[in-house]
Amino acid sequence: MSAETDQAMNQRAILDVRNLTTEVATSEGSKTIIDNVSFQLAQGETLCVAGESGSGKSVTSLSIMGLLPPSARVKSGEVLLAGHNLLTLNDRQMQDVRGGDIAMIFQEPMTSLNPVMTVGAQLVEAIAAHHGLRGSAARTKALEALDAVRMSESKRRLVQYPHELSGGMRQRVMIAMALSGNPKVLIADEPTTALDVTVQAQILALMNDLKRDFGTAIMLITHDMGVVAEMADRVVVMNGGSIVESQAVMNLFATPQDSYTQKLLEAVPQLGSKQGEKVESEAGKPDRQAIVEIRDLTVRFDIHGGLLQRPVKRVHAVEQVSLDLFPGETLALVGESGCGKSTIGKSLVNLIPWTGSIKIGGQEIAGLSSVHMQPIRRNIQLVFQDPYAALNPRMTVGELVGEPLIIHRLAQGGELTDRVAELFRRVGLDPAMMDRHPHEFSGGQRQRICIARALSLGPKVIIADESVSALDVSVQAQVLDLLDELQAELGLSYLFISHDMAVVEQISHRVAVMFLGQIVEIGPRDRVFENPQHPYTQRLLDAVPIADPARRRTDRVLPTGEVPSPIQSLDYVPSIARLTDFGGTHFAAIEQEGAD
Amino acid sequence: MAAYLFRRIVEAAFILLGISLVTYVLLYLLPADPVRQIAGRSATQETIANIRQQLGLDLPFYEQYWRYLSSLVQGDLGRSYIQRSEVSELIAARLPASLLLMVAAIFAELVMGLTMGVVSSIRRNSATDQSLMVLSFVGVSAPQFVVGFLLLYVFAAQLGWFPIGGYGTFSHLVLPAMTLGFMGAGWYSRMMRSSMLNVLGQDFIRTARAKGLGKARIIFRHAVPNALLPIIAMIGIDIGIFMSGIVVVEAVFGWPGIGQLAWQAIQRVDIPIIMGVTLVAAFSIVMGNLLADIVALFVDPRIKLK
Repeated sequence: MSAETDQAMNQRAILDVRNLTTEVATSEGSKTIIDNVSFQLAQGETLCVAGESGSGKSVTSLSIMGLLPPSARVKSGEVLLAGHNLLTLNDRQMQDVRGGDIAMIFQEPMTSLNPVMTVGAQLVEAIAAHHGLRGSAARTKALEALDAVRMSESKRRLVQYPHELSGGMRQRVMIAMALSGNPKVLIADEPTTALDVTVQAQILALMNDLKRDFGTAIMLITHDMGVVAEMADRVVVMNGGSIVESQAVMNLFATPQDSYTQKLLEAVPQLGSKQGEKVESEAGKPDRQAIVEIRDLTVRFDIHGGLLQRPVKRVHAVEQVSLDLFPGETLALVGESGCGKSTIGKSLVNLIPWTGSIKIGGQEIAGLSSVHMQPIRRNIQLVFQDPYAALNPRMTVGELVGEPLIIHRLAQGGELTDRVAELFRRVGLDPAMMDRHPHEFSGGQRQRICIARALSLGPKVIIADESVSALDVSVQAQVLDLLDELQAELGLSYLFISHDMAVVEQISHRVAVMFLGQIVEIGPRDRVFENPQHPYTQRLLDAVPIADPARRRTDRVLPTGEVPSPIQSLDYVPSIARLTDFGGTHFAAIEQEGAD
Repeated sequence: MAAYLFRRIVEAAFILLGISLVTYVLLYLLPADPVRQIAGRSATQETIANIRQQLGLDLPFYEQYWRYLSSLVQGDLGRSYIQRSEVSELIAARLPASLLLMVAAIFAELVMGLTMGVVSSIRRNSATDQSLMVLSFVGVSAPQFVVGFLLLYVFAAQLGWFPIGGYGTFSHLVLPAMTLGFMGAGWYSRMMRSSMLNVLGQDFIRTARAKGLGKARIIFRHAVPNALLPIIAMIGIDIGIFMSGIVVVEAVFGWPGIGQLAWQAIQRVDIPIIMGVTLVAAFSIVMGNLLADIVALFVDPRIKLK
């Protein structure tokens, strides 16, 4: 950037952060968590602050807002809003800035709203705080704010509580609340991370419209380089509390200067990364015996209520799903939250009641007691999403990995230690770390421990339920590589349950797309990704942010609806979509002329 | 709602049935003999046998219990062995005093406890917080008769602000209610403190701050209502703890409630009164719980009737 444009930038910068340094008090004295951070945000501009967990991007926004936790404090620097340094304001003065000049929305729309206040009351109090409006005038303004974020049935929403709304609707409420103060700057901290991809696309589009219509400057904090590519005008990349690179979005993706940025961009799973690459589908080969055969799997949960606790409603979680998993293949189950993909995973190990037929290694598991299920469980193991919650914090990681061997009476004493050490080496961990506890490991290491534990019984199938979703992209890439290696070495089959289409494209051989408890499309990866037949698959793929600003789509027409609910009345009989054969083991639930 | 209430009341009936059985069994197994209490030391074998037969105590256990139950469902709690009057009348005469004391004590403990808890949580780790928590620890651990005598000594005997004992006016009520409420206040201040700290760390508090709301509004409109949710369920359970405390406090302050009635009855093995008081106490605990659940229903929109 030349000196001239730099100066021009400063003049129209609405928010100018200079040399911001924040430290946190720890038991070993104060520790700097963001160091000398400077950037500007101009009116009508979207600045993305990108980085992995612990990079200091959220702390930066909290420092600007004066919302740091008591243990942290800004040590030095300036935060200039239209030329006035916010760091010199007292708490009372900051109250007018917060929600007035600068508004903020957060990652978790589920927990960011007060559960015992109506949506209307929460909007009205924000309006009252900054406009001094009360009563019906404030309510009218609240309704306008909801309409501005294109909330359906806005009038009814005012008297509803947050738990009655979907995640996307709650984030709309948050945005409406933020906009009600007519802010000059909107700070959005991972606003779509907790949302489904189609909902994410809607919210991002909404933010772009608001920027255009109101000229709001947006500081968008995200870990998702796809979101960066879709949204940013300029990008600040943070790592370890410092800015490593700051560029216009096109330049950043085209010619990243810093080595960290380069690594980060390389690690990002790109939708279309395997375009044109044919997969060897196990399903297509004749005479292959499936390791897992699912036929007409149906899972329904009753919701009880009334005087005698009789069932009043029914959740149709999975409806007549049939699929095969072949040895050595990765079958991805994709779909949005509530589509039933995790339920299938749980059914395979008999963790929930289901009907239909599931054969594992040729043996029917329907109705098997847990005693008879035990030997089958050796063949099918689970790796979950949250490696923090999946490991008992009071056991050493060596005990955790060895526990299945003890339960199944497969090893003890010195042999046990040897086998655990071998498992550690296999997942790329040093066996010397066996005596440590889970909290001493990073997220990626913990997920390796979970994988080692799953491998301990020598399974043939691993159900990976969102196993890389909680990990940073660079770590995610490593874990995906590990899964690939293990498959090549051990001939494992993966049922890879995920909402992330880019990751799925990278790892899977075949893909099954689920919608409302049914498979709407299933086929080889290349066919599903490059020639999707079902409209839902097309919508899902279309909604994925593309980590390439050159391919940014501005003219997309997004469906505004919500995903329909799987909860139905008791007499509801679901219509089962018939799968049409598109050839080459590619099926989709649509009628095709000429197809049989 | 009506269906829910009906179901809860049916549940309550079963609970009371269970409690009556357990109490009856315990009293039956008790080595003390009510007949000897009534007849006195000098009574002849014949008199004792007569009384035993009169009271039906010579019958087998299940028959005794069945008789008791049959009259109970007709609303008849029986007659006191010693006082020779209807148990229901004895209880009815004393229940209002106990209920008054209980309501006053709950009010006292909530006002003291919740205030202490809120102040502690927003002044976390300060000297105020620490001294309040020490005070609450004293409240939880000090025996009620000690607290009662202490309050009597200071505020009645020395300062003369309140009467030493008795019943009738508001100033009679203050010290017993404070004594009974002091322990609960200790409990509630600790619970409220931790509940508040939990709520203050939640995302929606950060949202409220990000909206630019003032401190007072954040605490009283956002934090306190959410922090109260787990407390409400506790208040229902608390009535049970009160029931045992009330015996001691009524004795210390000469308060004419059912606690005193129960205490005298236990000394004299007056089974109908013990049974009656136990059932009334159990009934109020069950009703207290139901009331707490209904209140929670109105405070927390997420709770659906089950």
